[in-house]
Amino acid sequence: MTNAIEVSDMKVIVFQLMNKEYAIGIDVVESIEKSLSITRVPRMPSYVKGVLNLRGVVTPVVDLRERFDMETKEFDETSCIIIVSHADSEVGLIVDDANDVMDVPTSAIGPQPEVVGSVESEFISGVAKVDKRLLVMLNLDKVLQPIKKANADEF
Amino acid sequence: MDVSQYLDMFIEESKEHLQACSEQLLALENDPDDLAIVNEVFRAAHTLKGMSATMGYEDIADLTHKMENVLDAIRNSKINVTTEILDVVFEAVDDLELMVQDIESGGDGKKDVSKLVDTLNRIEAGQPLDLAEDSVSATTEEALIEVVTSTGVQYDEFELTVISQSAEQGFNALEITVTLREDCLLKVARVFMTFEILEKSGEVIKTVPTVEQLENEDFDQKFTIVLLTQEDAEDLKAKVMKVSEIEDVKITHITDEYVQKYKQAAINENEAPPEVIETTIVPVANVTPIEKVSKEAIKTKKSASSNSNKTIRVNIDRLDILMNLFEELVIDRGRLQSIASELHNPELNESVERMTRVSGDLQNIILNMRMVPVETVFNRFPKMVRQLARDLNKKIDLEIVGAETELDRTVIDEIGDPLVHLIRNALDHGIEMPEERIAKGKPEVGTVTLRAYHSGNHVFIELEDDGAGVNRERVVGKAIEKGIISPEAADSLTNKQVAELILASGFSTAASITDVSGRGVGLDVVKNTIESLGGHISIDSTEGKGSLFQVQLPLTLSIISVMLVELDQEIYAIPLSSIIETAIIQKSDILNAHNQPVIDFRGTIVPLVDLKDIFEMKNRSNEEDEFQSIVIVRKGESLAGLVVDSFIGQQEIVLKSLGEYLQSVFAISGATILGNGQVALIVDCNALIK
Repeated sequence: MTNAIEVSDMKVIVFQLMNKEYAIGIDVVESIEKSLSITRVPRMPSYVKGVLNLRGVVTPVVDLRERFDMETKEFDETSCIIIVSHADSEVGLIVDDANDVMDVPTSAIGPQPEVVGSVESEFISGVAKVDKRLLVMLNLDKVLQPIKKANADEF
Repeated sequence: MDVSQYLDMFIEESKEHLQACSEQLLALENDPDDLAIVNEVFRAAHTLKGMSATMGYEDIADLTHKMENVLDAIRNSKINVTTEILDVVFEAVDDLELMVQDIESGGDGKKDVSKLVDTLNRIEAGQPLDLAEDSVSATTEEALIEVVTSTGVQYDEFELTVISQSAEQGFNALEITVTLREDCLLKVARVFMTFEILEKSGEVIKTVPTVEQLENEDFDQKFTIVLLTQEDAEDLKAKVMKVSEIEDVKITHITDEYVQKYKQAAINENEAPPEVIETTIVPVANVTPIEKVSKEAIKTKKSASSNSNKTIRVNIDRLDILMNLFEELVIDRGRLQSIASELHNPELNESVERMTRVSGDLQNIILNMRMVPVETVFNRFPKMVRQLARDLNKKIDLEIVGAETELDRTVIDEIGDPLVHLIRNALDHGIEMPEERIAKGKPEVGTVTLRAYHSGNHVFIELEDDGAGVNRERVVGKAIEKGIISPEAADSLTNKQVAELILASGFSTAASITDVSGRGVGLDVVKNTIESLGGHISIDSTEGKGSLFQVQLPLTLSIISVMLVELDQEIYAIPLSSIIETAIIQKSDILNAHNQPVIDFRGTIVPLVDLKDIFEMKNRSNEEDEFQSIVIVRKGESLAGLVVDSFIGQQEIVLKSLGEYLQSVFAISGATILGNGQVALIVDCNALIK
């Protein structure tokens, strides 16, 4: 049993945010898109950039920098949108760069240290140390908590 | 035998048969003497029994078998139909439904039915149920009549009456005995052909052996048909002889004299202890009503056979896929249209136009294929109402009008629960107790009418009751207490507005929480569901006279016509169904009513809503413009003017959801993909009007 867990690898997609490396499991990633035109959705938290047409499916897009309260950055040539499937629907995540697919041994994934940069710790499911790189594993359930009727009552 | 491949079909058909059972049982309760109905139920139960036995669901087969026995006894008038007996039969049908549901969800369809089986057995044996019943004693008083003719065919009182009556109208009753050849291979086919011929010439009133036995090839070489006809016996004989493999045809004429003689014989025999030869036992007192009924039964049988349109069953998933593919096509069509209009190439324009027309037709067909009659939702209500009425000790008739009205499947799937809620509400809070009704001078039995009809691009479903109606004082009092309205506002409300208060959230006037309605969730849930379907609900109520709940629903949810408008370079779509008209007004026409800009639109004061405000847009450059474009939209009776930058035009679009992540966006009901691949948001006008 123990052996099986130790040898098993997890394939992850590594992406950058503010020069730090983050990772999500490849099984939830549908595709990685370069710039697509995004339609703004009004009355949404600022990190919801809007929706885009992903091959006929209307897909919401979240700017991860803003989600994690980081400095905002314009969409540039390295920026891309990672489409993840979460809770039966697809959501796009805007990241600075997505450049690597890695095998992470599950044994290398540990609990998060008490302080990890500026990212709210609830968004993190663990930290993986591979060679000299430190990958922050995202907890998609928290990152992509559905936007409920927050704004509706104001009117 | 591997039967798993038939499982879907079995479940589907079992449901249909059970539905038929409950419908017919309800009809039977209203008309206990109608034996044709019993036959219908019997037939459905019989088929179900056969199917479930084949599929290996013994419990279902067992229970249906017992039910069938009871029905058979009713059919043969061994026992009388009473509410108590029907209750048990209903219970059996309910259990069967549960078992089928269990099978559907992957279970083995097993259930402890021994108690029910026991009860059914007792009913069948004519023993009283737990409650003392006097209906049983009636059986013993029934007179038994059996008549044997020279040819060995036995007639009962009813058949004799039919024969003698038709003789008065110039129809001859002929006893046609057909003998098939010994080596006849396809006996059933020959029987069928004989019937075909005879049914063209007249009406078959009796066969020996019975039709079921004939169909099952359960007879020897001979069978007898009693036919009412005006044709000559010799002609008929010649016609029947044309059927191959028939050895001989004998035709005997039953004259009126015979009939009289048989009747006499019957009476004589009646005095002596009856010999039980065949189980054609008819209570004398019931002869007349049954006669009427059987004629109707013959009629229904005929119409049923002629109505058999050719249909195929298609898995709903395939239709959904078809619809999705077509939606893609609609998006591309929009794209082609916009390209063509830019290029100004006449040939391209022509072919795009053609394609638009063809795809328009295709769209109609696909949408129609997805249409389901509301019957599929309505048909579970009669049983529910019956049960509820009994639980509440009220007397209630449910009338259903327009069950054939068709609605898109997606709407159908959603509309069931809200309707259940409305009906429960009408039964519990609307209709009064029988004593109260009598005291008010109303008929003791309350009537609830469920009505569905098409009007324009909408389907209306109405639920009308002749109950107590909405009590203005109680509702207003409650609404003030719950803080839904202020005491000052209460006086200015119209009766309709007061009635609609009961749809507000946090409102429930039932004095006590009953089992039936008022479990904390109020009618606001109904309202929300209906509005999420793009529909609308309104209430009209007269105190003491009753209430009318009207639900308005769109015909389809997937492809809608919209008006595209521009707001600060963003494109939004407004559903045409809520647009009254568009207008361009002068800035000076905008008035202010307590900080709320309004306009005078054909004599009504219409509030203006600046969509740019609502959608948090920064660029307000056109404030300086002298003219403003306005879209007048409505929700129910109330209007509002939406201020937009400019109109783009009208288009058919495919409604798409924003996905699970963006669960509710204020004033946005969904999104669509435009011809250029951009996403446009659809404005939810209902949210903009209070």
